[in-house]
Amino acid sequence: MSAVGEASHDELARVVRQHAGQLAASLMHVTGDFAAAEDLVQDAVLAALRHWPAEGIPGRPDAWLFTVAKRRGLDVLRREANYRSKLARLQWPVQPDPDERLRLIFTCCHPALPRSAQVALTLRVVCGLTTAQIARAFLVHETAVAQRITRAKRKITDAGIPYRIPGSDELGARLTEVLAVIYLLFNEGYLSTGESAHSRDLVDDAEWLGTLLHQLMPAEPEAAGLLALIRLHRARAAARFDADGGLVLLADQDRSLWDREAIADAGRLLARAARQRRPGPYQLQAAIVACHAEAGRWAETDWEQIVLLYDMLLHLAPSPVTRLHRAIALSYASGPQAAMAELDALAGLLDGYHLYHASRADLLRQLGRPARARAADRRALALTANPAEQAVLQDRLNWS
Amino acid sequence: MKYVLLFVETEQFAHDLEAMGPAERERAYERVTEWMATHAGQIRGGNKLRSPETATTVRLDRGEPLITDGPFVEGKEVVSGYTEIDVADLDEALRMVSTWPGCPLVEIRPLES
Repeated sequence: MSAVGEASHDELARVVRQHAGQLAASLMHVTGDFAAAEDLVQDAVLAALRHWPAEGIPGRPDAWLFTVAKRRGLDVLRREANYRSKLARLQWPVQPDPDERLRLIFTCCHPALPRSAQVALTLRVVCGLTTAQIARAFLVHETAVAQRITRAKRKITDAGIPYRIPGSDELGARLTEVLAVIYLLFNEGYLSTGESAHSRDLVDDAEWLGTLLHQLMPAEPEAAGLLALIRLHRARAAARFDADGGLVLLADQDRSLWDREAIADAGRLLARAARQRRPGPYQLQAAIVACHAEAGRWAETDWEQIVLLYDMLLHLAPSPVTRLHRAIALSYASGPQAAMAELDALAGLLDGYHLYHASRADLLRQLGRPARARAADRRALALTANPAEQAVLQDRLNWS
Repeated sequence: MKYVLLFVETEQFAHDLEAMGPAERERAYERVTEWMATHAGQIRGGNKLRSPETATTVRLDRGEPLITDGPFVEGKEVVSGYTEIDVADLDEALRMVSTWPGCPLVEIRPLES
C-alpha cells in the first residue's frame, strides 16, 4: 500500500473513532435500545469505510455518519413506531450530554459480560471498529467476534444490564473493569509486531479511550494513572525496535530517540494524580515506568526506588508476574544472588511463562552458570509465540 | 425486571454450618431473615429447598421416563433455595446479592416475562 493510502487509513481510523461513540451515545439516548443503536452505528461506519477512501472524508464526517445512521434507522425500525418517531425528530447537530459516552463505556464493560465481549463491544461501540477489524487485531475469526457481540447484546437486553453510570458505592469496582479493558487493548497493540496496513492500531485506540475516560472522570486518579502509563510507554516506542524490526531490550535502547517532552507531560499527569493520595495499581505501574523513562542512561536507573514501588504494587495487587519483575529490579539493586532466591520461590507458579525462564537465564549467566543459562533460554524460546521475543532469545543462544 | 436468585451451597459451607454451635447457627439464620426483611419490597416469593438427597430426577429423552435418585447434576455445589425478585435492572439485583449473608454462590437469572 502507498504512503498516501496508509495516511488516509490512519485518518479514517481517527475520524471514525472521533465520531462513532458520540453517534452511538446520541442514538442510544433517542432509542433507549443498546442493540439497535449499536447496529445503526456499525452500519454507518461500514458505509463510511466503503465511501470515504474513494470519495474523500466529508467536511462534516459526524453529520455524514448521522445522516446515514438516521436514514438506515428509519428503514430498519419501520415496525417500531416508537423509535421511528423519536428518530425522525432527531436533528443534527445533536448536543450530547458528555455523560452519555461514559454510560456507553460502563455498559460495554459491565462485569456481567465476559472480558472478551467487553473488549469487542467497547471497540465496536465506543471506538467504531468493524467486526472485521477487531478479528484482525486479535487474530481470531470474524464469525467468532460477531458471535461474541451478538451474545453480549442479547445479554444486555435480556438480563437487564442498565445503561447508566454506576453509583458512588459501586463506582470503584466498575471503573476497575473499564481500566482493565483499556489496558488489555493497549497491551494487545503494544506487544503485537505484525504490522498490517489494514489493521487498526489498538495502541491508538487504547490511548484515545484512556484520554476520553480521564476527561470524563478527572477526579479518578487511576484513570490518570493508566493514561500516564500508556503515554510513558508510547513516548519510548521509537527505540523499541531496530531498523530490521528486531526488539531492542531496555538496557540497549537509544535513549535519544525517546520523546522527552511526552515523558515529562506524562510525569506531570502522574504527579497530579498522586496528589489525591489514592494510590492504585495503574499509578504505581506508571511510576515504575517513569523511573525508567526519566533515567538519562541505563546506569542511572533508580533501582531502589523501583523495588520500593514494586513492593507497594504487590501490596495492592499481589501477582507472581509482578513478583518476577520485582526480582529483576532487585537483581540490579542488590545483585543476582538475592534475585535468584526470589525466582526459585516462584518456580512452581511461573514454570509455563517464557519471561520467567528468560530472566533465570539472565541471572544464571551473571552467576557464572552458562550451561544452565542456555537451558533456561531454550525453555523460554519454546514457550513464546511472539516473533520479536523469539528473535532476542535466539540471538542470545547464538552468541552466548 | 424479574429475576430468580438461585442460592447455591458448597460442601464447605455445609460443613461450616454443621460445625457451628447452636447460638452461632441461630445468628447465621437471623442474618438471612434480616436480609429477607430488608429486601421485602423486592422479594416476590421463593423458598428453601430440602437437601439434594431428597431429590428425584426424571429423564424423558430416552424413551420410557427414567427415574433416578438425586439431583440432575451430581456435584459439590447444589441449589439450596430460590427467591423471585422484582427490581429495576441487573445492577439493583447485583447490589441486593452483594449483601446476601447465606450460602457462598448465587446465580441471578432473568425471568422471561
